[in-house]
Amino acid sequence: MVKKQQVLEKENCSLSLLAEFMEQTRPLHDARSLLMATLHRTQELFGYIPRQAVELISEKLSIPAAHIYGMITFYNYFSLQPRPLYQIHVCKGTACYVSGGARVLERLKQELKLEVGQVTEDGLFGLNVTRCLGCCGLSPVMQINENVYVRVVPEKIPEIIAFWRKKKEKKATQKVGAFEYPGKSGYDKRGKKG
Amino acid sequence: MNEKKVSLTIDGRQVSVPAESTIMQAAESIGIHIPRLCYHSRLSVAGACRICVVEVEGMKNYVPSCCTQVSEGMMVRTNTADLLRTRRDIIELLLDNHPQDCQTCSRNGDCELQSLAEQFGIRERIFEGEKKHFPADYSSLSIVRDPDKCILCGKCVRVCSEIQGVNALSFSHRGFRTNVGPAFDLPAAESVCINCGQCTLFCPTGALTEQDDTEKVWQALNDPDKIVVVQIAPAVRVAIGEPFGYPPGTDLTGQTVAALRRLGFDRVFDTQFSADLTIMEEAHELIHRLSHNGKLPMFTSCSPGWIKFCEHFHPEFLENLSTCKSPQQMMGAIIKTYYAEKQKIDPSVIYSVSIMPCTAKKFEANRPEMRSSGFQDVDAVLTTRELARMIKKIGLKFSELPGEEFDDPLGESTGAATIFGVTGGVLEAALRTAYELVTGDQLLSLDFHQVRGFEGIREAEIALAGKKIRVAVCHGLSNTHRLLTEIKTGQRTYHFVEIMTCPGGCLGGGGQPRPPEKTEPMDRSYYEKRAAGIYAIDSKKVIRQSHKNPQIKKIYAEFLEKPLGARSHHLLHTRYQVRSPRGFTSVREDIFNL
Repeated sequence: MVKKQQVLEKENCSLSLLAEFMEQTRPLHDARSLLMATLHRTQELFGYIPRQAVELISEKLSIPAAHIYGMITFYNYFSLQPRPLYQIHVCKGTACYVSGGARVLERLKQELKLEVGQVTEDGLFGLNVTRCLGCCGLSPVMQINENVYVRVVPEKIPEIIAFWRKKKEKKATQKVGAFEYPGKSGYDKRGKKG
Repeated sequence: MNEKKVSLTIDGRQVSVPAESTIMQAAESIGIHIPRLCYHSRLSVAGACRICVVEVEGMKNYVPSCCTQVSEGMMVRTNTADLLRTRRDIIELLLDNHPQDCQTCSRNGDCELQSLAEQFGIRERIFEGEKKHFPADYSSLSIVRDPDKCILCGKCVRVCSEIQGVNALSFSHRGFRTNVGPAFDLPAAESVCINCGQCTLFCPTGALTEQDDTEKVWQALNDPDKIVVVQIAPAVRVAIGEPFGYPPGTDLTGQTVAALRRLGFDRVFDTQFSADLTIMEEAHELIHRLSHNGKLPMFTSCSPGWIKFCEHFHPEFLENLSTCKSPQQMMGAIIKTYYAEKQKIDPSVIYSVSIMPCTAKKFEANRPEMRSSGFQDVDAVLTTRELARMIKKIGLKFSELPGEEFDDPLGESTGAATIFGVTGGVLEAALRTAYELVTGDQLLSLDFHQVRGFEGIREAEIALAGKKIRVAVCHGLSNTHRLLTEIKTGQRTYHFVEIMTCPGGCLGGGGQPRPPEKTEPMDRSYYEKRAAGIYAIDSKKVIRQSHKNPQIKKIYAEFLEKPLGARSHHLLHTRYQVRSPRGFTSVREDIFNL
């Protein structure tokens, strides 16, 4: 219950940040050209694009929800389901499989108590299987977000996971509100000027 | 206007056209019809189907003629053997990802894809491959969407967006998984779809069709315990002949009545009777609002697509809607109360059917508030297309049918009711009555030419007992969206506005017959002929004002007492509700004129 409450608060906070973003940028751009930037912002804020956000964008930018949905489903970058902060891809291509990729995957499942395709309850880790990352000579290989791990042995898994968990805690201390407000994308800078 | 002209050669013939024309338009101007599926002259150009490819000398590849602009000295060929083969291949590729069920498809014999396949002599399928498979959506009471039959031409998406401003449909996903549907892939019943059915007129295949209720009606007709009563709308009688080869606008009222009797309907009534009733109530409501500081402008409420549009997109205007039910629903309520009482029939054995040019009427009849007789007021709604199918099924020929009269007493109507079928008609009919009610004078001319025509938004000022009344007529919901937005910002002010969902009014309804091959849906000259048919019926009528209909006078004397009275309030008026999801859309750049 508490967790649900927290998620709800976070999402409400993100919704108001999203509304703020649109208010700042709306006077500067045509609604249609703003949509892409707004969806990027939404994905950043929520980690995915919830229906409420689509409804809000539709209202503020006068763009039909059906068209926004079309845009979201066209691009892989956007997701309609919550995405983990750290997406793990374990290679099960031929080379990696032969040199123990399956054992790596088993250990990850144990450590994270996850099945392939799922996301941990705290939204930190997601587990996926991929076919080839293009470095078979260094197998077995796995990838966490953009970071590639080579010659992975199952014993190293707890350490790697602990590293990313710690990273998240560090990050959290630098945050504004519940979610990170990076300020590095050009949009909110311009918005502040307007 | 010294428009810049460009000369080019198409199939060896010189042609000079405005510089911004496309090859397809240039070819059209000299009578060359290039086959196409995704192109429509009133919609934006998509260039999606590639069937209209032509050969242009000097270009490496064939180019789609619908979206290639002409240039000086261009040499175009539209019919080389290789081009014909290429087109045939493109059609074959479309067919490869299409179910092979033409014989059992509701568009059998009336399908653009099918007739193209026939035209190109496709006799075998050589590109057999994986087919897409999506679930069909039967959730809507009005429209069925079967994505497996969709060829992704996008005409439905564009008509829903550009003409109707509803935007219920959009492309989603990508590549092989591309699909057309409402936001979040929700069922249509949970979307902002307003059931107008324009998509079913524009769809070149069986992907979007009306919900077929004929089986329900056949069952009722065969039930000996039921008294099956039918009403037919004004716009149906001038279009029902089209699937049987009659030109648009042919008045087949009498033959349709005869056909309905042959089909086994026990009583055949005229929705025009209740259109007269609507005018009585609506004109009085308008006068009441004008004299009692009521909410203005008042909007007409006969068009169920518009009602749902208002509920989704402009709930702030719900109080401006006339509370009058549509003629279909008034008739439904009267049949199961007044008529049943008069004829001493138990209303529970009455099965009430209506024949409408409209798919949205199916939804309207099923609204929970439309049960004021104590039963569902109208049990089944058939579109003009469905009636044509029923008539074909039992092999009736219009040419062999005598003209018959409607049954009494709900078959008597005036010319004012007939023109409900054309944009501007409801307003004109209301004025014919309101003017005389307010001033007590006789109108010298009953034709209000200033509100007729096919311009998207038409305005007029009428002097009514020393007061100037500002009225407007609007058809097509993208125009309506603009009108409402501008009323809100104060750019437009009116007292009374007629709004029709479909371009042209009911005569262009989503349930009307599709035009024959090589004629586009929503073709202006086609609609003009239907309109001419309607105005001709009106001008031939002896009584052309609703309040002079003797049966209307009688029903008020015997049953309803007076317009806006307690009984009419209960039976003939309704209420509206804010509907979820809220719809948002931007205003189209220009007014859409038919």
